[in-house]
Amino acid sequence: MSAPLLQVEALNQRFGRIEACRDIDFVMHPGEVIGIVGESGSGKTTLLKCLAGRQVPTSGRVLYDMRVKGPTDLYALSEPERRLLMRTDLGYVTQNPRDALRMGISAGGNVGERLMVNGARHYGAIRDTASDWLERVELDPGRIDDRPATYSGGMQQRLQIAKTLVVNPRLVFMDEPTGGLDVSVQARLLDLLRGLVRELGLSAVIVTHDLAVARLLADRLMVMRRGEVVEQGLTDQVLDDPHHPYTQLLVSSVLQP
Amino acid sequence: MTPMIAVENLSKTFVLHLQGGARLPVFDHVSFEVGAGECLALVGPSGAGKSTLLRSLYGNYRPDGGSLSVRHDGAMVNLMTAEPRTVLALRRRSIGHVSQFLRVIPRVPTLDVVAEPAIALGEEPEAARRRAAAMLERLNIAPDLHALAPATFSGGEQQRVNVARGFLVDYPVLLLDEPTASLDNANRDIVVDLILEARGRGAAIVGIFHDEAVRARIADRNFDLTAFRAAA
Repeated sequence: MSAPLLQVEALNQRFGRIEACRDIDFVMHPGEVIGIVGESGSGKTTLLKCLAGRQVPTSGRVLYDMRVKGPTDLYALSEPERRLLMRTDLGYVTQNPRDALRMGISAGGNVGERLMVNGARHYGAIRDTASDWLERVELDPGRIDDRPATYSGGMQQRLQIAKTLVVNPRLVFMDEPTGGLDVSVQARLLDLLRGLVRELGLSAVIVTHDLAVARLLADRLMVMRRGEVVEQGLTDQVLDDPHHPYTQLLVSSVLQP
Repeated sequence: MTPMIAVENLSKTFVLHLQGGARLPVFDHVSFEVGAGECLALVGPSGAGKSTLLRSLYGNYRPDGGSLSVRHDGAMVNLMTAEPRTVLALRRRSIGHVSQFLRVIPRVPTLDVVAEPAIALGEEPEAARRRAAAMLERLNIAPDLHALAPATFSGGEQQRVNVARGFLVDYPVLLLDEPTASLDNANRDIVVDLILEARGRGAAIVGIFHDEAVRARIADRNFDLTAFRAAA
């Protein structure tokens, strides 16, 4: 059995009087996809940022299995070390692609920039890889020189995914990756994500308030409420046989079309 | 007999927190073993907990007490205490499950729905799809349907797609929830043959079969859940 990829120990995050995350403990193994569900304000995104090295928790540890050093607390690393790790190993997909893309440079530039930051220098090779990734996320490589501002919301989200995955991260964090898209676009994006997760054997933590998205993508679920994980388990266990009152409320609140 | 499935003192109660904490006791003190090449039929009236027990054996429902173990890679693994990824590994390699209704991902073609468990086990995708096509044809799902998503298929067609998916991999343990319920006689006989073949190669089978004629042909033993009804 392989070592855990991520170990979260007694993680707490306070903002003044508000406890955004309380006593979070879990272990994640390579290849697992974990969904975090719960209503807005439950602390999902704050937890995701803490796991991804983007938000220093008030207390607790986030141990990531580094390639050379082994399990290391993200927040015990020096700033340059953590930044390097976030560029190479950890991907982060935001709900609003415009927060992550540079709107003033071309689509190909957005993807290729990631490779250059990590040391790639051969322009032709960078462009080929970028073009390849546009195709993998079902974007027309013929539009490689267009700026993302000319793309639709669904296309921008696919571009953000290409930009995230081009450096082959070992662990990807996604915050409502299909939120804010209309349903048909959402469906295509879900198919794409599901395919990529399987094909690349990605490890991922996905925040969503949509239980159907969680069922489709996640092996395991953590249900959050008021900063606490109230229930966790295999996705189908949690959704088909929910034990906690809040999970029962969530599951019974879904409308069937 | 080497047990493939061992259930000991298993109990399950649903607690409905949104309905004032109502308790729905399903079963209590259920114990049985099933060996290789044996088929156990769960019987009892509707509401006796047959599907709940079957879903528990797949690690889908979480019982409250007792233990529930399935042989996996040579050792008995307790599904109630196993880590999530261990349960997933059991489902990939050791336990096949044909549910009562096909739960499909929209937009995924029938052929891929059926081939998926074999591909997940490492079979070369093209080979898996060829076997999936042959299995679907054996179950009278015409080739021109293979490229379509099964969402629009009839109930009987969906059930046969579900059966095809469950039987493409030779699982050591098979859980079958009404696999012949909405099938005509010809298709029912084909599914019975598939089940008998699986039993013949040594699969341990637990199933729910309302059709008595089907049950008589497949099952070695009946297990009546009525006697294990838990007190409210």
